[in-house]
Amino acid sequence: MTGILDQLWRIGRMLFLPKQTRGYPEVKPVLPPRYRARIVLTRDPDGQERCVACNLCAAACPPDCIEVVKAETEDGRWYPATFRINFSRCIFCGFCEEACPTSAIQLTPDFELADYDRDSLLYDKQDLLIAGPGKRPDYSYWQVAGKAIAGKDKGAGENEAPPVDLKDLTP
Amino acid sequence: MTIKLKIDGREVTVEDGRDLLSIALEQGVDVPHFCWHAALGSVGACRMCAVKVAPGEGTPGKVEMACMTPASDGMVVDTTDAEAARFRAQVIEWLMLNHPHDCAVCEEGGACHLQDMVVATGHHDRRARGPKRTHRNQNLGPLLTHEMNRCIGCWRCLRFYRDHAGGRDFNAFGAHDRLYFGRAGDGPLDSPFAGNLAEVCPTGVFTDKAWSGVYARPWDLSATPAICTGCSAGCNVTLNERGGTLRRVLNRYHGAINGFFLCDRGRWSPWSVDGPGRLTGAVTLPRVAGAVGLGSPRASLESNWALRRLVGPGRFFAGVSDRETALTARMAALLKASPVPSLTEMAAADAILVLGEDLTATAPRAALALRQAVRGAERDLACKKGVALWLDDAVRVAGEGRRSPLALVTALPDALDDIASFAIRRAPHDMAAFAAAILAALQGRPADAEASAIAQALSTARAPLIIAGAGLGLAGPVEAAASLATALGPKARLALFPAEAGSFGLSLLAPAGGIEAALAELERNPGPLVVLENDLFRRADPALVERLFAKATQVIALDHLATETTTAAALAVPVAAPAEAAGTWVNHEGRAQRSFAFRPADPQAPTAWRVLAALAGETPEPGLDALLEALVADLPALAAVRDGAPGVDHGPVPRAHPRQSARTAGNHPDRATRTDPDSPLSWTMEGDRAPEPALATWTDRPGLHSVSAEYAAQQWIGGPLKGGDPGVNVLHAAADAPALADPPPGAGLLGLPLHSPFAAHEADAASPPLAARAPAARVTLHPADAARLGLTAGALLVIDGRPAPAPLSLDPDLPAGHIGLSGLRALRPVILGGAP
Repeated sequence: MTGILDQLWRIGRMLFLPKQTRGYPEVKPVLPPRYRARIVLTRDPDGQERCVACNLCAAACPPDCIEVVKAETEDGRWYPATFRINFSRCIFCGFCEEACPTSAIQLTPDFELADYDRDSLLYDKQDLLIAGPGKRPDYSYWQVAGKAIAGKDKGAGENEAPPVDLKDLTP
Repeated sequence: MTIKLKIDGREVTVEDGRDLLSIALEQGVDVPHFCWHAALGSVGACRMCAVKVAPGEGTPGKVEMACMTPASDGMVVDTTDAEAARFRAQVIEWLMLNHPHDCAVCEEGGACHLQDMVVATGHHDRRARGPKRTHRNQNLGPLLTHEMNRCIGCWRCLRFYRDHAGGRDFNAFGAHDRLYFGRAGDGPLDSPFAGNLAEVCPTGVFTDKAWSGVYARPWDLSATPAICTGCSAGCNVTLNERGGTLRRVLNRYHGAINGFFLCDRGRWSPWSVDGPGRLTGAVTLPRVAGAVGLGSPRASLESNWALRRLVGPGRFFAGVSDRETALTARMAALLKASPVPSLTEMAAADAILVLGEDLTATAPRAALALRQAVRGAERDLACKKGVALWLDDAVRVAGEGRRSPLALVTALPDALDDIASFAIRRAPHDMAAFAAAILAALQGRPADAEASAIAQALSTARAPLIIAGAGLGLAGPVEAAASLATALGPKARLALFPAEAGSFGLSLLAPAGGIEAALAELERNPGPLVVLENDLFRRADPALVERLFAKATQVIALDHLATETTTAAALAVPVAAPAEAAGTWVNHEGRAQRSFAFRPADPQAPTAWRVLAALAGETPEPGLDALLEALVADLPALAAVRDGAPGVDHGPVPRAHPRQSARTAGNHPDRATRTDPDSPLSWTMEGDRAPEPALATWTDRPGLHSVSAEYAAQQWIGGPLKGGDPGVNVLHAAADAPALADPPPGAGLLGLPLHSPFAAHEADAASPPLAARAPAARVTLHPADAARLGLTAGALLVIDGRPAPAPLSLDPDLPAGHIGLSGLRALRPVILGGAP
């Protein structure tokens, strides 16, 4: 008998507490910026594509849902000719973001990806690319990689000595 | 003498006089290392292979470099010792001090020895805060990329390029921290073995430029074992594919043939499969009866046999001249009688005579073997002085630059001249006479000084080697080589290189003759002519080919390339390229090796033997195994070809890498189900990873992903593969052939073939990287001949009624009475027409 009364008391008390039910979809939830949902491709601070098509995201991806095909510009800059994510397979684990050496691939709090058509869940580069640098506004991979590209000669990157003069005989 | 030592608590018994590193690696203890390479020996440059070594049980050990430490009896080696591990971690940290942060944009990434070693030693953070050294790169031509920032100074490139392959245009510049490996200026590397730098370099300084253009990470590539069809050496290669296109060609270790290295032609010739020269288009196959068939020296044994079955043995001819057909048959008959040396055995010869063959161009990998063979004298002297042979640099110093005798009797200056003790120039028809002088000297009869000296070197050698080939198309040097080998007795070895990868395979099918014989047959019994994978205009006198085509009621040409022959043919049928077809190739030793298709053939261009069965109005065999059964039923002497590789029921053997990515990324061509009826290999990840060496796909292991770790598949380092080197000898099936004599040279000009290591046949010309690398065609005359004919340099000649491939150049090295021609198959009289 005390058990029944105890339950009535515990449940009845809830009538007077604030409601926990979310009004989604009428009321959109506010998610933290590091929430892991829709994946985007960001750009360098100078507005160029950040992704260098290194394929590390594709290698790290547990359901193998990322496909990247490398291409190269005349000046030696690598970029993805194809960048495709199959969101019907993605598990939003964020491994791709962790693996990315250029901070190109980032997960955003936008989680509303459902669709009636499977094919429209294949996101290509134009669907993924955003205009800005995302969570790392100042980072530019090409400034720390040793390769020379247009606008960054050998030795012009961060923490790089000027190119070696091979004819130099000083010890 | 054997010794016993303990490595990581395990007792091992090994031969005395070896270094600790190779012993440990052989025993499956993967000691981190950089500068050591199985084919290049130990130099102790990187300090990476530090291990704790104690002279005996219970004695205190000290850290030593495994590659520079000779093993001794009772030694106790600990590779996991904390002090040694700390030492290695420090070395890696130094090596990484200047290594750029660019793995993401480096082609090597994913199969990089440096990455593997960094992970193995646990280094993950650069503590140094100083600036990184940078270098400017060089443009090394169409084959290799150069990114010197990545160099860690292991010296492997230089040791391979200069010391192993004999290149001269590549060197070390700068000092200590500024060390630079490159050329004096931009430009392609001269050596036809430069492509190996991409595999030898443990980081990404040198990578394959063609691969970079269609790049996919190594873990996303499928790997198919194949045989190089560039020449008759039969080197083993791995073809890497993704999404239905060829991405890369890698050396595949074979203990008796190519070992660790390929030539550039072998590495980039298969690129013709995706080149612009492919023959395409849908055709309706007619029913062919009463045809004459012309087989091809660049077609597989199976395709040639399918043609023989279609036309019947009496109407089956070789698609080369009668003389080359007879010469190839004679070479097979000569080799049948004696044990034929493999390239590895050639590298162990201690006196060599090359008669007439421009080996660096006609069988480049054999020339590389000779470069190792001549070091024998140096090794012997070093051995006498007590220097261990694995100490590569010390052997070079102690060897005092001695060279085992190499005699080159060629018509033109040879690429091997720099290592030859006797570089002798003779006109092609005088070579047999020179060989006869050597023979006379061997038999104690008087001969000139040079011949006597060569005879002396050959007769005193422990393992003399005589090499000739079909490069000139003359029987004289071949017969002379055979009689010299006979005169030298059982210690001598005879190696004969036929013209192409499929030459011996075609010869074993006993064609009834060559093109001239086919023409005679068509004149007797007219009918259609079926030409298999052969640009006849490149392999014979064009006038003869035109007469042949005129006599045929219909010309049907099967090829994967659009050539002059397919243009001239009434019906050109596209077929699969050698890289897209499974087939057997018989190399110069008579070793039959099976090659597999790296992708399913286009349904509009199936394997040639399937098309040939359809031309006969029959249903093709379902797969290669059934075709081989039919072949063996027809020619029981060739029964051994079935053992070239395991059959379909041996599978599945996965070609896909176990870490392949993007499998569910959607709409990917790799997702389409692909099957291969001709091999036990599948394009999936399922199955047993290649227990058979003939089916070896991926050889990397967790933690060791680069080609630098391929030693694990070898019985001992540099030895045969575990499970035996692939291939079976089928030369015993060759028919006996009578001795041949060359027709007299005649009075007119003789065309002398100018072979090139970068352009052997039409597939090389259709491969974009090789075509970009190949030197320009040449037409050369001796200045005296040019003056006699009233010609000057730059003249545009007409040769045999066709415009010459290049303007005339004058070369005093050319023998008188000869005109050097690029693309010429064999020595033959040519008619000059036209005037400057």
